[in-house]
Amino acid sequence: MAQVPVTEGVFTWPSESPQLIGSRCVTCGNHMFPVQQGCPKCTGAETEEVLLGRRGTLWTWTVQGFPPKAPPYAGDVDPKTFKAFGVGYVELPGQLKIESRLTEADPEKLKIGMEMEMVIVPLSTDANGNEVVTFAFAPVA
Amino acid sequence: MTTEVAIVGIGMHEFGRTEGVSGMDQGVIAVRRACADAGVSWEDMQFAFGGSMAAGAADTMVSLLGLTGLQFINVANGCATGGSALFSAYNTIRSGVFDLGIAVGFDKHERGAFRVNTKGSGLGDWYGASGLALTTQFFGMKINRYMHEYGISQSTLAKVSEKAFRNGAMNPMAWRRKPISEEEVLNSAMLSYPLTQYMFCSPGEGGVALILARADKAHLYTDKPIFLKAAVVRSRRFGSFEVLAPSIALEHNAGPTVDASKAAFEMAGMGPKDMDLAQLQDTESGAEVMHMAENGFCEHGEQEFMIQAGETEIGGKFPVNTDGGCLANGEPIGASGLRQVYENVLQLRGQAGARQVPNDPKTAYTHVYGAPGISGVTILSR
Repeated sequence: MAQVPVTEGVFTWPSESPQLIGSRCVTCGNHMFPVQQGCPKCTGAETEEVLLGRRGTLWTWTVQGFPPKAPPYAGDVDPKTFKAFGVGYVELPGQLKIESRLTEADPEKLKIGMEMEMVIVPLSTDANGNEVVTFAFAPVA
Repeated sequence: MTTEVAIVGIGMHEFGRTEGVSGMDQGVIAVRRACADAGVSWEDMQFAFGGSMAAGAADTMVSLLGLTGLQFINVANGCATGGSALFSAYNTIRSGVFDLGIAVGFDKHERGAFRVNTKGSGLGDWYGASGLALTTQFFGMKINRYMHEYGISQSTLAKVSEKAFRNGAMNPMAWRRKPISEEEVLNSAMLSYPLTQYMFCSPGEGGVALILARADKAHLYTDKPIFLKAAVVRSRRFGSFEVLAPSIALEHNAGPTVDASKAAFEMAGMGPKDMDLAQLQDTESGAEVMHMAENGFCEHGEQEFMIQAGETEIGGKFPVNTDGGCLANGEPIGASGLRQVYENVLQLRGQAGARQVPNDPKTAYTHVYGAPGISGVTILSR
């Protein structure tokens, strides 16, 4: 089955070590994600594209315990088969905090401050039979 | 010299689910009740500000209320729609343009968690497709971090809900009027860790209308005018942690609630210790806990003791969400902020019935918070 990204321009794909694509303000150096024009920190209008770090620490988290509404959600919403998934903010040193799915959904195994690494995970299957993938962060073993 | 402003009439359509009555019709009923309360007719209204998120353009209600030619301005400002309508009405009278007008908010939402319009919120389709476009996740993540930093317990979150449903049971306008115990709250379905089903409010229906007048003419309409001492709306600043944010800055800003609260106290010439009661945004029970500190009513972490000791109960030192809050009333976005003011007017008039705060309260505070990082605060006094 072919793999396709949930969107272009948010993370590098295909890649052996995928990275999120963000912006950096050329005036003040502030990082932004996803790519955007205009800096919310210094109000500067010029930004440049930058690849973000792949590792960071878990700043906070929750567990999505019920199927989201579809649309917009593309994943499994069948209450019989839906699996809860983790969601958190991962702090990338010197850059910013990224909101992301987490590969871990067990509250006992999620701890604020734990080391995390970016991965690509399957999300759904599209009309052409391709596997749609998105980004997530996984605890570093 | 600006003119002082008084609330001289209040009207509400019951919150909850009202089959067969549109959101707009609920707004119209609220307007009629507010007019009756003030002893005025719709023809007396010189201006109106109104809004809803999901129930239509407010100004079309003139075809139901009467085509009097008044100035009617629609307000659409997310969760601060009602607060923004009130802010606009307040300043219209303060500036001396008109003497008597109305702020109205109403809504009617589909069941279940809000379906976020990612495009309308400036977010890519991938965000919703990936399962991140849920406001509930933000609330779970904000309180989880807060509990980690300040030692708030799960029991305290549950006690906030227990109080809300107990207060709601004494409010004939509330949606949820059955008390739910702390244990039941803790044992209900875990929706977004650490928040369970009964710790969350639900999108709902309802309408509220408030009639405002120049303070020096308030006696024409009521013998119990309630004075609006401050109405403030603030948006987020860089570094604050807000709902529906694909990323946040490393540096920290305390957020729009802190800004709105400070500005409101300054405008009123009062401080947190001068307030006798408050209605604070409780989208979920953790929000009420955090908003107690963000609005200046305690230090971060003190809520654990205060709530466990019952200080925020109706008979406690500082009653919070006396009408059951969003938890017991649900959240019709356009009306929610105005509901808080409606409740405070009842409390200051001494008309809150079974849930009346004792000892003749003289001042009251409201705070609304919502997407995409916006807060509205009002301060009322007798």
